[in-house]
Amino acid sequence: MTSIRTAETRVAETSLPEQAAEEQGWRRSHLLDLDDFSADELDLVMRTTDAMKEVLSREVPRVPALRGTTVVTLFYENSTRTRASFELAGKVLGADAINVSASGSSVSKGESLVDTVKTLRAIGAGVLVMRHNRSGAPYLAARHADCSVINAGDGLHAHPTQALLDLYTMRSQLGDVRGKKVVIVGDIAHSRVARSNLWSLAAMGAEVTLCAPPTLIPAGLRAGEGELPRVRIETDLDRAIEGADVVMALRMQLERMQGGFVPGMREYSRLYQVNGERLARAQKNALVMHPGPMNEGVEISHEVAHGLQSRVEEQVTNGVAVRMAVLWLVTRTARSRNASGGKAAS
Amino acid sequence: MSQRILISNGRVIDPAGGSDGIADVLIEGGRIAEVGRSIVADGAMEIDASGLVVAPGFVDAHTHLRDPGYEYKEDIASGTRAAARGGFTTVCAMPNTDPAMDNRSVIEYVLREAQARAYVRVLPIGAVTKRREGKELAELGDLAQAGCVAFSDDGAPVWDATVMRRALEYASAFGLPIIDHCEDASLAKDGVMHEGWVSTRLGLRGQPAAAEEAAVARDVALAEATGGHIHIAHVSTRGAIEVIRAAKRRGARVTAEVTPHHLTLTDEVVAFGAGGGEALIYDTDAKVNPPLRSAGDVDACVDALAEGAIDCIATDHAPHAVIEKLCEFDDAAFGISGLETAFGLCMRLVDDGRVELPALIERMTIAPVRALGLDRHVPQIGTLAVGAPGDVVVLDPEREWTVEPERFASKGKNTPLRGVSLRGRVVATVAGGRMVHRMEEAAVSGR
Amino acid sequence: MPDPLIMSADDVRRAVTRIAHEIVEHNRGASELVLIGMQTRGVPLAQRLARAIESFEGVRVPVGSLDVGLYRDDLPERGPSVNIQPSELPEIAGKRVVLVDDVLYTGRTVRAALDALIDYGRPGRIQLAVLVDRGHRELPIRADFVGKNVPTSRRDDVQVRLEETDGEDSVQVKAVREAEVPS
Repeated sequence: MTSIRTAETRVAETSLPEQAAEEQGWRRSHLLDLDDFSADELDLVMRTTDAMKEVLSREVPRVPALRGTTVVTLFYENSTRTRASFELAGKVLGADAINVSASGSSVSKGESLVDTVKTLRAIGAGVLVMRHNRSGAPYLAARHADCSVINAGDGLHAHPTQALLDLYTMRSQLGDVRGKKVVIVGDIAHSRVARSNLWSLAAMGAEVTLCAPPTLIPAGLRAGEGELPRVRIETDLDRAIEGADVVMALRMQLERMQGGFVPGMREYSRLYQVNGERLARAQKNALVMHPGPMNEGVEISHEVAHGLQSRVEEQVTNGVAVRMAVLWLVTRTARSRNASGGKAAS
Repeated sequence: MSQRILISNGRVIDPAGGSDGIADVLIEGGRIAEVGRSIVADGAMEIDASGLVVAPGFVDAHTHLRDPGYEYKEDIASGTRAAARGGFTTVCAMPNTDPAMDNRSVIEYVLREAQARAYVRVLPIGAVTKRREGKELAELGDLAQAGCVAFSDDGAPVWDATVMRRALEYASAFGLPIIDHCEDASLAKDGVMHEGWVSTRLGLRGQPAAAEEAAVARDVALAEATGGHIHIAHVSTRGAIEVIRAAKRRGARVTAEVTPHHLTLTDEVVAFGAGGGEALIYDTDAKVNPPLRSAGDVDACVDALAEGAIDCIATDHAPHAVIEKLCEFDDAAFGISGLETAFGLCMRLVDDGRVELPALIERMTIAPVRALGLDRHVPQIGTLAVGAPGDVVVLDPEREWTVEPERFASKGKNTPLRGVSLRGRVVATVAGGRMVHRMEEAAVSGR
Repeated sequence: MPDPLIMSADDVRRAVTRIAHEIVEHNRGASELVLIGMQTRGVPLAQRLARAIESFEGVRVPVGSLDVGLYRDDLPERGPSVNIQPSELPEIAGKRVVLVDDVLYTGRTVRAALDALIDYGRPGRIQLAVLVDRGHRELPIRADFVGKNVPTSRRDDVQVRLEETDGEDSVQVKAVREAEVPS
């Protein structure tokens, strides 16, 4: 039975020198998903993000932390905002940033993923930020690239930096998320954002409710609700949103209607749109969040999207700081590993 | 060219004959010449099988030799050499070659190649439909006369129910079974592994168990309606087993096989690998169709095999080239290279007390013969009766070994068992009276 | 055998007082002074210096904190801290900045601090005050104000404890055994 690790700190092989007792452990040279993060590790990322935010607030937001490192964004899927966010994060840290676009299935169109990754490494990539339309692709890259890999979104599987910036945004407003009620509504089955958020929120002790029409709840979750202790599945949004501290709406894509998952956008928005009327049932100052880009009028009303409770812009701003934190943490591990002669490990 | 081979002092298990005891086996002129105590045979190659098990050579009802057309994955020589190392003295070759085995001349090619280069016996399975497209029946009569022992469109299902119905009716004239890969087209679409908690966790599209169950139910209904013989390939789900069990009770002509991996490995192997690791690895070597299923399904398969609802074990040996697996999970080819690990993997069932060794051997020898009626083509195949083909395997059920795919005879190194320790090894294989596989120590002393 | 105690609580207190006086004397007063403590233990030291200066000079000197984790692009012997804090700096342009740290060793941390300070603004001048100078400089950096000079071997570990961070004031030198020396 698979379950989420909550408080255990994951200890991998390391040859890092001994550190003082109060220092937290961070042994990862990759960031692939949050499914094995302890609350302590998440805390560390949050605190590091605080420091990065301070750097961004300066008149000249620049530090030499990643000087000499080349950060390559390897995107097999289009995404202006995430890519720009990572590129900026790397530059603020003094890294050299290179963007590589690849399209579609690498196998049918030329160089295999493994070959591409090895080539980039040979060019000098120190960190590979990958977005791919195939679940598991970054795991394959991490096995064959002798450099750090950060997952910027893989298929339906994970989007760890999004979940981290979501967590950071929540904590900025709510303090601690322990015991807080977080509702994630939308196409859960096809959402890597939902999945990564599930792990981090559960590890931090939040109470998560997933809300979607039954066809968009992943089959594995329907079957084994008990697999995830703090997660509730609900198909009625009015019920789910009662007393929520955070309401996160997910993008509803046209393809889902074409794929027969929902009868149409009209019915979907009638039953599942996060609008003012529904929001009134949540906590008074509940946060409204969305990973973007938003389909206003479908999963979220225009008013709510731009209303006082919406934190969508902050999410984007926090994204840069979170990605700076992640870049710094994985690079630091990779460097000390190289310094002591070991190989990069997850 | 056949030799005189004397295998002495082994525990001879012949499920067909019902015997199980210490004896010697003499093979001569390509046939079993004598089974008894203290046989003397001058000039014979001797194998001392003390402490070992001697059984009829295994019969695989489901192998992909990939030849003609995909020789980079496997060919008749390498595939049958792998079979020999796995203890298989007969393999039934599936027709998804290029060109497909849907006409006499391809069958004749396969038989000629086998005659010249194969290490063990190759029995061809003809395609059900032309080019395996599922639309028009192939020339089943011609294929039967050319030597086919069954018909199948494997790795594809026969999608259309009417085509399957016609096939069952038509094939019954030749007394040959249709082997179906049961998968409902639309339910299984895009699925790359079993649909369940693990597929959700991995973010991979899953094939629900219902896709197999629905297709099996369809085929069973058609077999009953037509009186034809349907053999369900690689059963993997609890639901399908229940349909098959009920059908057999009603007397329908339904038989079924199960693979060693579906008897032992679950969908968690896709996520974490078979070595018991804790990190996600997305193991493409565990990507197979039908997919590795839940623990409940695996359990149901073992029970069904033990009790007889599933007739026999078949490997569904599916070799692929390295680059076809060294890629993103969605893009990787489906299939496990299984001939050389079949016995060791199935021995887990014996070690766990689910099945006794003689029963396991039965499921790998006479059971596939009976299920497909192979003894009509090769009399006494799968037995150690005097006069039966000289197909014998010597096994060491205790011997532990680590799976190293690079040392496979098969060109296909795609196995999730890389680095895994198995117990149970094939020590020597005699096919058609010739020694086709032997581990070093087996030559003289046997241990 | 207990690790030798180099400075007792009283020694630390006296050193802080003396350094405070030296700073004011050297800078001819406390106007234009800014004390920047280096994370972690430099910060409480800077605060103590500010309180001391206020007590005898009557001037409240601004105190800030600086975390140079993001400026270390070399790998120090003992591994960089994973924890980085946001820095908090008062206005430093044109000011007399005194960097405050607990131990001065190779000088690389101070060099990183200089980079950071210059990124923040243009200080008028930068001085350095440390509680302990243990020698083994690898860069041309020296402290302007030193609590105590403590000769050490490279294998030694200098452990500074302060009330605010560790519950007590002390400076000890711990001899590191052969096996623990990182390569």
